[in-house]
Parts: sequence; structure tokens; C-alpha cells
Amino acid sequence: MSDTDRQAPQALPRGGADGPGLHPAGPCCTVRGLAKSYPSGAGRRAARAEAIRANDGVDLTIHRGEIFGLLGPNGAGKSTLVRQLTGLLRPDGGSIDILGHDIVRHPERAARLLAYLGQESSALDELPVALAAETTGRLRGLTRAEARAATAEVLAELGLEPLAARPLAKLSGGQRRLACFAAALVGERPLLVLDEPTTGMDPVARRAVWSAVDRRRAERGTTVLLVTHNVIEAETVLDRVAVIDEGRVIACDTPGGLKALVDGDVRLDLVWRTEAPVEVPAVARLAERAERTGRRWTVRTTPEDARDLVAAVTTGPAFAALDDFTLATPSLEDAYLKLGGRNGGLAK
Amino acid sequence: MTLLDAPTAAAAPSAAEPAPLAPAARLLPALAAVYRAQLARAKVARIPLLFVATFQSVGILVMMRGVVDPGDNPAARSVVAGSSVLVVAFVALNLLAQYFGRLRATGGLDHYATLPVPPAAVVLGAAGAYASFTLPGTLVTAGFGAWLFGLSAANLWVLLAVVPLAGAALAGLGAACGLLAPRQEIATLLGQLGMSAALLLGVLPVDHLPTVVRWLRDLLPSTYGVEAFARTFGDRPDWTAVLGDLSVCAAVALGSLTLATWAYRRATR
Repeated sequence: MSDTDRQAPQALPRGGADGPGLHPAGPCCTVRGLAKSYPSGAGRRAARAEAIRANDGVDLTIHRGEIFGLLGPNGAGKSTLVRQLTGLLRPDGGSIDILGHDIVRHPERAARLLAYLGQESSALDELPVALAAETTGRLRGLTRAEARAATAEVLAELGLEPLAARPLAKLSGGQRRLACFAAALVGERPLLVLDEPTTGMDPVARRAVWSAVDRRRAERGTTVLLVTHNVIEAETVLDRVAVIDEGRVIACDTPGGLKALVDGDVRLDLVWRTEAPVEVPAVARLAERAERTGRRWTVRTTPEDARDLVAAVTTGPAFAALDDFTLATPSLEDAYLKLGGRNGGLAK
Repeated sequence: MTLLDAPTAAAAPSAAEPAPLAPAARLLPALAAVYRAQLARAKVARIPLLFVATFQSVGILVMMRGVVDPGDNPAARSVVAGSSVLVVAFVALNLLAQYFGRLRATGGLDHYATLPVPPAAVVLGAAGAYASFTLPGTLVTAGFGAWLFGLSAANLWVLLAVVPLAGAALAGLGAACGLLAPRQEIATLLGQLGMSAALLLGVLPVDHLPTVVRWLRDLLPSTYGVEAFARTFGDRPDWTAVLGDLSVCAAVALGSLTLATWAYRRATR
């Protein structure tokens, strides 16, 4: 796994979710004490059903021009948080300020400050790509000529021109996602909220998305809030990341800063051909502390210990039983587990 | 924008001014954009269904020809007018209820709810597109029916008023059903029931219906579209009565579209 934080970290404050005024460009989005509960699955009528706290006192500050990520497993409360930021859901308590506007009191203003790419495309599915983008632009207040020009520009930028006349429903999942991303870009907004934008995309489309995001940030200072549970993507594109677990922000830092929590440790993954050769003493000892998923064993340990383990499993009967192994520096997932994130990891 | 122009009272020098809000989409341009997109959608996805709607009505005409005498009589008028308006009910009420039900269930409404677009533009644009999409099928059905039952086709032009007005009334009801139904399946069910009611109460000759069913028939907005159209087959149509029926359609359309707009607002909050 590469460790490529490609942003200029010196421009960004390392540290907590808070600290207004630390960043030269000022805050874009400030969230304080945000709380939202749902009635539990038993249904609203199930008397006094225990409420599920989807967001439980969330505090965040996203700076202008930042690519900020929300990372967490499914059901951690990321989407609930985003739905409140976009004005789709009213919080039970707490405050949301986006570019100086109180979104809790005026949820309708969110649509005039941000562009949102949700996970669903059903509103656009049967439209040709170009018309989907153009219509979205017109509904963002552009005139027909402006919407048409902006659509042409965005489709060219994302390499979608050959698909312009095809309905979204007839495209592959990744292409459809890219078309929805195009629609989100028509009609400029200072804040882009993207909920898992690259799901199902091939590497070419993925690169098109990130260079479009980068260009907007460089040219217009656009801020991006990205929801993801893709650890590799989070490590490579984000300036800062908030790790969400069970409705709370359990950490907020640069990807490098988060990984520093588990600095010094490495991760060794072993994949056995069939059964693990537990008759080998080193393997038997490992069996007690490795995290086992089928034929895959994962152990987080010191580099010295890992070196000894690699030496033990790459000789004799252990090596014969070994299908594959990787030794890697810690990832955000390791940091997440170290932070006490439950649910056994992020990428599922 | 006026809200923003007011200076922030006693703003500390460090406090940033609120960022300017992008302009919201205005009603008419947004309505036009939704209408245009929905027509394009219809071209992609709805043409086969329009054929189904038209074939269904033509089939009913052929079937009823076996039990109703041709020539200018009330029963023949009812059958032809009822079958024609049924095309409108199929698309505007049934399909639109299903569309909004699906949009709501799958989270597709979020797309519109995160755009600065007036709710009425979304509802009216979709309803208008569905209603106008029924026009060719209605004309074909009416022309075929008039020929099959030997009725005068001279006043078929009245469909140009009947289809938009009955269409708006039924589309409003369809959209409201789709947006208010707690589950997608219920939206589908309501749409189907509405269409079945329009079929049974619109096509069957009035004289043969029991009184209770006639009251039900009077409650259904499509009835007034059927009546208005049926009146125009005679030599000397009672245009005042036609206008009266169309006014009822218009009033119901106003009410049902207002209800649908309210339902949209409720579904997106």
C-alpha cells in the first residue's frame, strides 16, 4: 500500500477536528454537537422503542479549499451526517454553519451553497447523460445557454462525450456514477459533497474524478467533503479525515497523522494454500495471536518480530504451505482499529 | 438575497461575512427544464407503455362493440369517450403514481431536494409531461372508436382541451398518491386502483350503473373528461355543459396539483 499523501501538508493544520481560525482560508463548514436519533427497527409504534443514535454529538470543522473525508464502516452514521449538512434531514440538536449560513435554521440554503452527489441515481436514470447534466444545471439556477455550455465543458473534462446521448440506465455502474458526478459539477458551488463518488469506477474514470476535483480546488478554492469507506482512496486523496464510528468522530487528522498512531507497527498478511502448518512451532505461536479470516492470517507487530516471522514462514514446511504473504506499513484501517473502531474494520 | 445584504450586526473584524448564495432556479424555467427532461425520459422508457395503454383502450372498444350498438346513442358515446380518457388515466394517474412512488422509495427525490428548485416546478413539470405524452394515444383511440361505432369525428379537436385538463387532474392525483404512499408497493396499488376505477366507471354506459356506483363515478375526476368528450359526438353539442365539465376538471386539477406539491414538500423534508 502506498503512502502518498499528495497534498501540501504544511498548508494545513494537523490536529483535531476543531480550532477555528487556525487555517488561513477560514472554515467552510462548522458542525457542533450534532445529534440525530432514529426510532429502532421495531417500528415507530413499538412503544418506547430504544432510539438508535445515528449521530451522537458530532463536532467538525472543514476548512475552505480542503478535501475532507468521512471514513467509517457501513452504518457508522456518515450518510446521516451528510444528509443533515445538505439540508435533507433536520438534526435533533446541534449546529451546522456552512460559509456563514445556519443550515439548521435555513436548510433550504444548503442547495444554494453546495452540490451533492448522493448514492442514488434513480432521478436521472432514464435521461441521456448530456440532458441529465444540463437539466441539473438548469435546476441549479443556470440559464439554458449557461447550462448547455457548462455541460459541454464538464462532459469533455470527464471524457463522457462519447456517452452524451446514451441514457444513464444503459451505462455500466461506473459510467453511470461518472455521469452523476458530471451532473453534480454543472452549476458551480463552493462546496462539493460527494457520497462515495468512485464506487464501481475503473481507474481511468477514477482519475478523471480526482483531477476534476483538484482543478476546481486549484482554480476556485472549492472545498470537498467526501464520504468513503475505501481506505486506499482516503489515504491518497484526502487532506484530512474524520473517522466516524457509531455516530461519533473518534479521530480527525491528516491521513499521515492518523497513521502515526500506529507508527512503528507493521502488518503481516499470510495466506495458506490449505491448512496452516501448525506443527511448525513459529506458526503454532502465531496462531494464538493472528486475526484469522479463512485461510488469511493477519498480525500487527513490530518490524523486528515481523522479520523473524517472515524468516520462519519462508523456509521449510511452512513455506511449502504458504500461498502468499505481504508485509506492509500501517494503513488507515490499522489506525482505525487502533482507535478502537468496532465492527472489525472499514472496507467490507 | 435581501437577507444577505443586511450587514451583520456588530460583526467582529475576524468574523467572515456569509458567502453569497447562488441564485435559486425560478419557477417557469425550472418547470420547463423538468418538463423537457421528463419528455425525454418518456421517449426512452415510456413508448412501449404508451402502446400498451393504447392497445388496452382499442381492445376495450372492440370488446364493447360486441354488446353496444353502433350509431349515435348514449352507450356508444360513453364507450368511445371512456376508452379514450382511459389512456390518460393509465399514463397520468397510474404511471405517475408509480414513478413518484419509486423515486421516493429509492431516494431519488434527494436529487431534487438538494437543488434550489421550487417544489411546484418538479410536480408540475412531471405531471405536464405525463399528461401531454398521452395525447397521441388518446387521439388514436378516439379516432378508431368513432370509426368503429359510426360516430362523428368532427369534434375530436375537443380532446386538445380534454387531455390537458383531465390529464392535469389525474396526474396531480397520481403524483399525490405516489408521494403520500408510505411504501412503493402501495403507490403502485393506488395507481392501479385509480386506473381500474377510471376504466370501469368511465367505459360502462351510465344508464346501466346502480345509483351507488353512479355516486362513485361522480367523485372521479376522469368522469368529467369523459362526459365533456361524450357530449361532443352529437350534431348539436351542448357547449355550455362541455365547458362546465371542463371547468370541473380544471378545478380538480388545481386542487390535486396543489395537494401533490404539498406532498412533495412533505416527502423532501
